[in-house]
Amino acid sequence: MSAPAEEKTASGSRGSEPPVPDGAITVTVKIRRFNPEFDDEPRWDTFEVPALPSDRVLNLLHYLKWYVDGTLTFRRSCAHGICGSDAMRINGVNRLACKVLLKDLLAGGGKATTITIEPIKGLPVHKDLLVDMEPFFEAYRAVKPYLISYGNEPTRERIQSAADRERFDDTTKCILCAACTTSCPVYWTEGSYFGPAAIVNAHRFIFDSRDEAAEERLDILNDVDGVWRCRTTFNCTDACPRGIQVTKAIQEVKRALLFKRT
Amino acid sequence: MSDALILDKPRSPRRPAARRSNFELYSWLFMRISGLALVVLVLGHLFIMNILDGGVHRINFGFVAGRWASPFWQVWDLAMLWLAQIHGGNGLRTVINDYARKDSTRFWLKMLLYVSMVLIISLGTLVIFTFDPNITG
Ligand code: SF4
Ligand code: FES
Repeated sequence: MSAPAEEKTASGSRGSEPPVPDGAITVTVKIRRFNPEFDDEPRWDTFEVPALPSDRVLNLLHYLKWYVDGTLTFRRSCAHGICGSDAMRINGVNRLACKVLLKDLLAGGGKATTITIEPIKGLPVHKDLLVDMEPFFEAYRAVKPYLISYGNEPTRERIQSAADRERFDDTTKCILCAACTTSCPVYWTEGSYFGPAAIVNAHRFIFDSRDEAAEERLDILNDVDGVWRCRTTFNCTDACPRGIQVTKAIQEVKRALLFKRT
Repeated sequence: MSDALILDKPRSPRRPAARRSNFELYSWLFMRISGLALVVLVLGHLFIMNILDGGVHRINFGFVAGRWASPFWQVWDLAMLWLAQIHGGNGLRTVINDYARKDSTRFWLKMLLYVSMVLIISLGTLVIFTFDPNITG
Protein backbone atom coordinates (compact mmCIF):
# COMPACT_ATOMS: atom_id res chain seq x y z
CA MET A 1 0.00 0.00 0.00
CA SER A 2 2.95 2.28 -0.17
CA ALA A 3 2.89 2.46 -3.94
CA PRO A 4 1.10 5.82 -4.32
CA ALA A 5 3.42 7.57 -1.90
CA GLU A 6 6.41 6.11 -3.69
CA GLU A 7 5.12 7.19 -7.06
CA LYS A 8 4.75 10.73 -5.87
CA THR A 9 8.32 11.13 -4.75
CA ALA A 10 10.27 8.76 -6.96
CA SER A 11 9.42 10.41 -10.25
CA GLY A 12 12.98 10.62 -11.51
CA SER A 13 14.59 7.72 -13.32
CA ARG A 14 17.14 7.23 -10.55
CA GLY A 15 14.93 7.71 -7.52
CA SER A 16 13.98 10.62 -5.38
CA GLU A 17 17.02 11.17 -3.21
CA PRO A 18 19.39 13.35 -5.10
CA PRO A 19 22.87 13.80 -3.73
CA VAL A 20 23.17 17.46 -2.87
CA PRO A 21 26.81 18.45 -2.51
CA ASP A 22 28.10 20.92 0.07
CA GLY A 23 28.08 24.49 -1.09
CA ALA A 24 25.25 23.97 -3.55
CA ILE A 25 23.14 26.99 -4.41
CA THR A 26 19.57 26.86 -5.65
CA VAL A 27 18.87 28.11 -9.14
CA THR A 28 15.60 28.31 -11.02
CA VAL A 29 15.50 26.41 -14.27
CA LYS A 30 12.72 27.23 -16.74
CA ILE A 31 12.34 24.66 -19.47
CA ARG A 32 10.24 24.96 -22.61
CA ARG A 33 8.46 21.61 -22.75
CA PHE A 34 6.20 19.87 -25.18
CA ASN A 35 4.67 16.43 -25.00
CA PRO A 36 2.93 15.63 -28.29
CA GLU A 37 0.60 13.16 -26.51
CA PHE A 38 -0.94 15.75 -24.18
CA ASP A 39 0.03 19.26 -25.19
CA ASP A 40 -1.34 21.31 -28.03
CA GLU A 41 1.16 24.03 -27.37
CA PRO A 42 4.60 24.07 -25.79
CA ARG A 43 4.56 25.20 -22.15
CA TRP A 44 7.07 26.41 -19.58
CA ASP A 45 7.99 24.22 -16.60
CA THR A 46 9.89 25.70 -13.68
CA PHE A 47 12.14 23.78 -11.32
CA GLU A 48 14.36 24.65 -8.38
CA VAL A 49 17.69 22.88 -8.69
CA PRO A 50 20.56 22.72 -6.19
CA ALA A 51 23.83 23.01 -8.06
CA LEU A 52 27.48 23.93 -7.77
CA PRO A 53 28.92 26.86 -9.72
CA SER A 54 31.26 24.38 -11.40
CA ASP A 55 28.34 22.35 -12.73
CA ARG A 56 27.44 22.43 -16.37
CA VAL A 57 23.90 23.07 -17.56
CA LEU A 58 23.84 19.42 -18.58
CA ASN A 59 24.28 18.45 -14.91
CA LEU A 60 21.16 20.43 -14.03
CA LEU A 61 19.22 18.60 -16.72
CA HIS A 62 20.54 15.27 -15.43
CA TYR A 63 19.48 16.20 -11.92
CA LEU A 64 15.97 16.92 -13.15
CA LYS A 65 15.69 13.80 -15.26
CA TRP A 66 17.23 11.47 -12.70
CA TYR A 67 15.62 12.73 -9.52
CA VAL A 68 12.70 15.01 -10.28
CA ASP A 69 10.95 14.28 -13.55
CA GLY A 70 11.93 11.22 -15.54
CA THR A 71 9.86 12.32 -18.51
CA LEU A 72 12.11 15.25 -19.30
CA THR A 73 13.51 14.50 -22.74
CA PHE A 74 16.74 15.74 -24.29
CA ARG A 75 19.69 14.41 -26.27
CA ARG A 76 23.18 14.03 -24.96
CA SER A 77 25.88 11.51 -25.42
CA CYS A 78 29.51 12.36 -24.81
CA ALA A 79 28.95 15.16 -22.27
CA HIS A 80 32.28 16.62 -23.37
CA GLY A 81 31.50 18.84 -26.33
CA ILE A 82 32.43 16.30 -28.98
CA CYS A 83 29.33 14.49 -30.20
CA GLY A 84 27.24 17.59 -30.87
CA SER A 85 23.98 16.13 -29.64
CA ASP A 86 22.97 18.58 -26.90
CA ALA A 87 22.70 21.92 -28.66
CA MET A 88 19.89 23.94 -27.06
CA ARG A 89 18.85 27.54 -26.52
CA ILE A 90 20.20 28.50 -23.12
CA ASN A 91 19.16 31.96 -21.94
CA GLY A 92 18.24 32.77 -25.51
CA VAL A 93 21.46 31.73 -27.23
CA ASN A 94 22.41 28.42 -28.81
CA ARG A 95 24.93 26.53 -26.75
CA LEU A 96 25.93 22.95 -25.93
CA ALA A 97 24.51 22.17 -22.49
CA CYS A 98 27.67 20.22 -21.71
CA LYS A 99 29.91 23.22 -22.34
CA VAL A 100 28.13 25.96 -20.40
CA LEU A 101 29.17 26.33 -16.78
CA LEU A 102 26.67 27.46 -14.20
CA LYS A 103 29.09 30.02 -12.81
CA ASP A 104 28.92 31.90 -16.10
CA LEU A 105 25.14 32.17 -15.84
CA LEU A 106 24.86 33.25 -12.19
CA ALA A 107 23.11 36.55 -11.60
CA GLY A 108 25.51 38.93 -9.91
CA GLY A 109 24.97 40.76 -6.62
CA GLY A 110 23.43 37.85 -4.71
CA LYS A 111 20.30 37.90 -6.85
CA ALA A 112 18.42 34.70 -7.63
CA THR A 113 19.45 33.03 -10.87
CA THR A 114 16.98 31.89 -13.50
CA ILE A 115 18.12 29.86 -16.46
CA THR A 116 15.84 29.35 -19.44
CA ILE A 117 16.29 26.33 -21.66
CA GLU A 118 14.50 25.88 -24.97
CA PRO A 119 14.88 23.51 -27.91
CA ILE A 120 16.89 24.86 -30.82
CA LYS A 121 14.71 26.92 -33.12
CA GLY A 122 13.64 26.22 -36.68
CA LEU A 123 13.46 22.42 -36.50
CA PRO A 124 10.25 20.54 -35.62
CA VAL A 125 10.07 19.66 -31.91
CA HIS A 126 9.41 15.97 -31.17
CA LYS A 127 9.34 16.26 -27.39
CA ASP A 128 10.71 18.77 -24.88
CA LEU A 129 14.25 19.61 -26.03
CA LEU A 130 14.36 16.89 -28.64
CA VAL A 131 14.00 18.13 -32.21
CA ASP A 132 13.79 16.42 -35.58
CA MET A 133 17.27 16.77 -37.07
CA GLU A 134 16.36 15.31 -40.46
CA PRO A 135 15.91 18.64 -42.32
CA PHE A 136 19.31 19.69 -40.99
CA PHE A 137 21.02 16.51 -42.17
CA GLU A 138 19.20 16.64 -45.50
CA ALA A 139 20.82 20.01 -46.21
CA TYR A 140 24.15 18.59 -45.04
CA ARG A 141 23.95 15.63 -47.40
CA ALA A 142 22.84 17.82 -50.28
CA VAL A 143 26.24 19.56 -50.45
CA LYS A 144 28.05 16.22 -50.95
CA PRO A 145 30.19 16.28 -47.83
CA TYR A 146 32.65 13.61 -48.89
CA LEU A 147 35.79 13.50 -50.99
CA ILE A 148 35.07 13.22 -54.70
CA SER A 149 37.77 12.52 -57.26
CA TYR A 150 37.57 11.35 -60.82
CA GLY A 151 39.90 9.24 -62.90
CA ASN A 152 42.11 6.45 -61.68
CA GLU A 153 42.79 5.86 -58.03
CA PRO A 154 46.29 6.98 -57.15
CA THR A 155 48.60 4.19 -56.06
CA ARG A 156 50.07 6.32 -53.32
CA GLU A 157 48.64 8.52 -50.60
CA ARG A 158 47.06 11.79 -51.82
CA ILE A 159 49.71 14.26 -50.78
CA GLN A 160 48.76 17.74 -49.59
CA SER A 161 50.99 20.59 -48.52
CA ALA A 162 50.64 22.11 -45.08
CA ALA A 163 49.56 25.40 -46.67
CA ASP A 164 46.82 23.66 -48.67
CA ARG A 165 45.62 21.88 -45.55
CA GLU A 166 45.49 25.17 -43.69
CA ARG A 167 42.92 26.64 -46.09
CA PHE A 168 40.08 24.51 -44.77
CA ASP A 169 41.44 23.68 -41.33
CA ASP A 170 38.80 25.70 -39.51
CA THR A 171 35.86 23.97 -41.15
CA THR A 172 37.13 20.46 -40.38
CA LYS A 173 36.23 21.04 -36.74
CA CYS A 174 32.46 20.90 -37.22
CA ILE A 175 30.59 18.41 -35.02
CA LEU A 176 27.20 18.92 -36.73
CA CYS A 177 25.47 20.14 -33.60
CA ALA A 178 23.17 22.47 -35.59
CA ALA A 179 23.74 25.35 -33.17
CA CYS A 180 24.69 27.62 -36.07
CA THR A 181 21.92 26.71 -38.49
CA THR A 182 19.23 27.04 -35.82
CA SER A 183 20.55 30.44 -34.73
CA CYS A 184 20.16 31.83 -38.23
CA PRO A 185 17.13 34.13 -38.74
CA VAL A 186 17.05 33.26 -42.43
CA TYR A 187 16.79 29.57 -41.55
CA TRP A 188 14.00 30.25 -39.01
CA THR A 189 11.80 31.75 -41.66
CA GLU A 190 12.87 29.64 -44.64
CA GLY A 191 13.75 26.03 -43.94
CA SER A 192 14.87 25.34 -47.48
CA TYR A 193 17.94 27.58 -46.98
CA PHE A 194 20.97 25.30 -46.74
CA GLY A 195 22.05 26.99 -43.54
CA PRO A 196 25.49 27.70 -42.12
CA ALA A 197 26.41 24.13 -41.14
CA ALA A 198 25.88 22.74 -44.64
CA ILE A 199 27.94 25.60 -46.09
CA VAL A 200 30.70 25.00 -43.53
CA ASN A 201 30.86 21.36 -44.57
CA ALA A 202 30.81 22.25 -48.25
CA HIS A 203 33.64 24.70 -47.56
CA ARG A 204 35.63 21.88 -46.01
CA PHE A 205 35.72 20.07 -49.37
CA ILE A 206 35.55 23.01 -51.79
CA PHE A 207 38.89 24.27 -50.52
CA ASP A 208 40.50 20.84 -50.24
CA SER A 209 43.16 20.52 -52.94
CA ARG A 210 42.57 16.76 -53.18
CA ASP A 211 38.89 17.10 -53.98
CA GLU A 212 37.66 17.54 -57.55
CA ALA A 213 34.02 18.45 -57.12
CA ALA A 214 34.32 22.06 -55.98
CA GLU A 215 32.39 23.15 -59.09
CA GLU A 216 29.46 20.88 -58.31
CA ARG A 217 29.19 22.11 -54.75
CA LEU A 218 29.56 25.73 -55.80
CA ASP A 219 26.73 25.27 -58.31
CA ILE A 220 24.54 23.89 -55.54
CA LEU A 221 25.33 26.80 -53.23
CA ASN A 222 24.90 29.36 -56.02
CA ASP A 223 21.18 28.65 -56.22
CA VAL A 224 18.25 30.42 -54.47
CA ASP A 225 18.69 28.47 -51.25
CA GLY A 226 22.45 28.82 -51.18
CA VAL A 227 25.00 31.31 -49.88
CA TRP A 228 23.33 34.40 -51.33
CA ARG A 229 20.59 34.00 -48.76
CA CYS A 230 23.11 34.79 -46.02
CA ARG A 231 22.56 38.24 -44.45
CA THR A 232 25.85 38.24 -42.54
CA THR A 233 24.24 38.49 -39.12
CA PHE A 234 27.08 36.57 -37.43
CA ASN A 235 24.67 34.61 -35.20
CA CYS A 236 26.26 31.40 -36.48
CA THR A 237 29.80 32.40 -35.59
CA ASP A 238 28.60 33.38 -32.14
CA ALA A 239 26.77 30.10 -31.66
CA CYS A 240 29.45 27.66 -32.81
CA PRO A 241 30.76 25.68 -29.82
CA ARG A 242 33.85 24.74 -31.82
CA GLY A 243 34.81 28.35 -32.40
CA ILE A 244 34.56 27.99 -36.17
CA GLN A 245 34.48 31.31 -38.04
CA VAL A 246 31.25 30.27 -39.71
CA THR A 247 30.36 33.59 -41.32
CA LYS A 248 33.89 33.88 -42.67
CA ALA A 249 33.61 30.44 -44.26
CA ILE A 250 30.35 31.49 -45.91
CA GLN A 251 32.03 34.68 -47.17
CA GLU A 252 34.87 32.60 -48.63
CA VAL A 253 32.38 30.50 -50.56
CA LYS A 254 30.73 33.69 -51.86
CA ARG A 255 34.11 34.98 -52.91
CA ALA A 256 34.94 31.72 -54.68
CA LEU A 257 31.70 32.07 -56.62
CA LEU A 258 32.29 35.73 -57.47
CA PHE A 259 35.87 35.38 -58.60
CA LYS A 260 35.69 31.77 -59.78
CA ARG A 261 38.56 30.77 -57.57
CA THR A 262 38.81 27.91 -55.12
CA MET B 1 29.67 10.08 -64.07
CA SER B 2 28.97 12.22 -61.08
CA ASP B 3 25.66 10.43 -60.61
CA ALA B 4 27.43 7.23 -59.73
CA LEU B 5 28.86 8.98 -56.69
CA ILE B 6 25.63 10.25 -55.20
CA LEU B 7 24.86 8.13 -52.20
CA ASP B 8 21.41 6.79 -51.75
CA LYS B 9 19.41 8.83 -49.25
CA PRO B 10 16.49 6.80 -48.02
CA ARG B 11 13.51 8.55 -46.41
CA SER B 12 14.88 11.96 -47.01
CA PRO B 13 13.18 14.86 -48.76
CA ARG B 14 14.93 15.68 -52.00
CA ARG B 15 15.94 19.06 -53.23
CA PRO B 16 15.53 20.03 -56.86
CA ALA B 17 18.83 19.91 -58.72
CA ALA B 18 20.81 23.15 -58.84
CA ARG B 19 19.71 25.35 -61.72
CA ARG B 20 23.20 26.45 -62.70
CA SER B 21 22.08 30.05 -62.93
CA ASN B 22 24.01 33.04 -61.69
CA PHE B 23 20.89 35.08 -61.03
CA GLU B 24 21.25 35.12 -57.24
CA LEU B 25 24.93 35.98 -57.55
CA TYR B 26 24.24 38.97 -59.79
CA SER B 27 21.36 40.09 -57.63
CA TRP B 28 23.63 39.98 -54.56
CA LEU B 29 26.33 41.89 -56.41
CA PHE B 30 23.85 44.44 -57.70
CA MET B 31 22.69 45.14 -54.15
CA ARG B 32 26.24 46.03 -53.03
CA ILE B 33 27.06 48.20 -56.06
CA SER B 34 23.70 49.99 -56.28
CA GLY B 35 23.84 50.49 -52.51
CA LEU B 36 27.13 52.32 -52.83
CA ALA B 37 25.91 54.42 -55.76
CA LEU B 38 22.72 55.28 -53.89
CA VAL B 39 24.65 56.55 -50.88
CA VAL B 40 26.27 59.16 -53.12
CA LEU B 41 23.17 59.92 -55.19
CA VAL B 42 20.69 60.17 -52.33
CA LEU B 43 22.94 62.05 -49.91
CA GLY B 44 23.88 64.46 -52.72
CA HIS B 45 20.22 64.90 -53.58
CA LEU B 46 19.22 65.54 -49.97
CA PHE B 47 22.08 68.00 -49.57
CA ILE B 48 21.12 70.00 -52.64
CA MET B 49 17.42 69.95 -51.89
CA ASN B 50 17.43 70.59 -48.16
CA ILE B 51 20.63 72.35 -47.19
CA LEU B 52 22.25 74.23 -50.05
CA ASP B 53 21.31 77.92 -50.31
CA GLY B 54 17.90 78.28 -48.75
CA GLY B 55 17.04 74.60 -48.57
CA VAL B 56 13.49 73.44 -49.15
CA HIS B 57 12.05 76.93 -49.16
CA ARG B 58 13.42 77.77 -52.58
CA ILE B 59 12.02 74.66 -54.23
CA ASN B 60 9.21 75.45 -56.64
CA PHE B 61 8.19 74.71 -60.19
CA GLY B 62 10.85 77.01 -61.61
CA PHE B 63 13.60 75.39 -59.56
CA VAL B 64 12.73 71.91 -60.79
CA ALA B 65 12.35 73.16 -64.34
CA GLY B 66 15.77 74.80 -64.16
CA ARG B 67 17.42 71.64 -62.89
CA TRP B 68 15.86 69.36 -65.44
CA ALA B 69 16.98 71.64 -68.23
CA SER B 70 20.43 70.15 -67.68
CA PRO B 71 21.03 66.58 -68.87
CA PHE B 72 23.34 66.07 -65.87
CA TRP B 73 20.50 66.38 -63.36
CA GLN B 74 18.21 64.39 -65.61
CA VAL B 75 20.67 61.50 -65.57
CA TRP B 76 21.21 61.91 -61.82
CA ASP B 77 17.52 61.72 -61.07
CA LEU B 78 16.99 58.93 -63.54
CA ALA B 79 19.78 56.85 -62.00
CA MET B 80 18.38 57.51 -58.54
CA LEU B 81 14.91 56.44 -59.61
CA TRP B 82 16.00 53.24 -61.30
CA LEU B 83 18.56 52.18 -58.74
CA ALA B 84 16.33 52.93 -55.75
CA GLN B 85 13.39 51.08 -57.30
CA ILE B 86 15.36 48.02 -58.29
CA HIS B 87 17.44 47.97 -55.10
CA GLY B 88 14.37 48.32 -52.91
CA GLY B 89 12.37 45.91 -55.06
CA ASN B 90 15.07 43.27 -54.94
CA GLY B 91 15.32 43.72 -51.19
CA LEU B 92 11.59 43.19 -50.86
CA ARG B 93 11.86 40.16 -53.13
CA THR B 94 14.28 38.53 -50.67
CA VAL B 95 12.01 39.47 -47.77
CA ILE B 96 9.08 37.84 -49.57
CA ASN B 97 11.19 34.77 -50.33
CA ASP B 98 12.04 34.51 -46.64
CA TYR B 99 8.65 35.09 -45.10
CA ALA B 100 5.97 33.90 -47.50
CA ARG B 101 4.92 30.42 -46.39
CA LYS B 102 2.80 29.33 -49.33
CA ASP B 103 3.93 29.24 -52.96
CA SER B 104 0.78 31.04 -54.07
CA THR B 105 1.22 33.85 -51.51
CA ARG B 106 4.80 34.18 -52.60
CA PHE B 107 3.83 34.35 -56.26
CA TRP B 108 1.12 37.00 -55.83
CA LEU B 109 3.15 39.18 -53.48
CA LYS B 110 5.99 39.15 -56.00
CA MET B 111 3.63 39.97 -58.85
CA LEU B 112 2.28 42.93 -56.88
CA LEU B 113 5.84 44.04 -56.22
CA TYR B 114 6.96 43.74 -59.83
CA VAL B 115 3.90 45.53 -61.20
CA SER B 116 4.35 48.41 -58.77
CA MET B 117 8.05 48.63 -59.67
CA VAL B 118 7.34 48.74 -63.39
CA LEU B 119 4.61 51.35 -62.89
CA ILE B 120 6.71 53.67 -60.76
CA ILE B 121 9.80 53.33 -62.91
CA SER B 122 7.94 54.02 -66.15
CA LEU B 123 5.95 56.90 -64.71
CA GLY B 124 9.09 58.51 -63.25
CA THR B 125 11.08 58.00 -66.43
CA LEU B 126 8.29 59.45 -68.50
CA VAL B 127 8.12 62.56 -66.34
CA ILE B 128 11.88 63.12 -66.40
CA PHE B 129 12.04 62.92 -70.20
CA THR B 130 8.80 64.59 -71.19
CA PHE B 131 8.86 67.36 -68.61
CA ASP B 132 7.67 70.59 -70.20
CA PRO B 133 8.94 73.72 -68.46
CA ASN B 134 6.60 75.94 -70.43
CA ILE B 135 3.47 74.40 -69.03
CA THR B 136 1.06 77.06 -67.89
CA GLY B 137 -1.06 76.64 -64.90
S1 SF4 C 1 29.69 24.91 -37.65
FE1 SF4 C 1 29.82 24.89 -35.38
S2 SF4 C 1 27.72 25.40 -34.72
FE2 SF4 C 1 27.57 24.76 -36.86
S3 SF4 C 1 27.07 22.59 -36.78
FE3 SF4 C 1 29.32 22.76 -36.96
S4 SF4 C 1 30.08 22.74 -34.84
FE4 SF4 C 1 27.87 23.13 -34.73
S1 FES D 1 26.80 15.79 -25.03
FE1 FES D 1 28.19 15.53 -26.69
S2 FES D 1 28.48 17.58 -27.29
FE2 FES D 1 27.35 17.84 -25.48
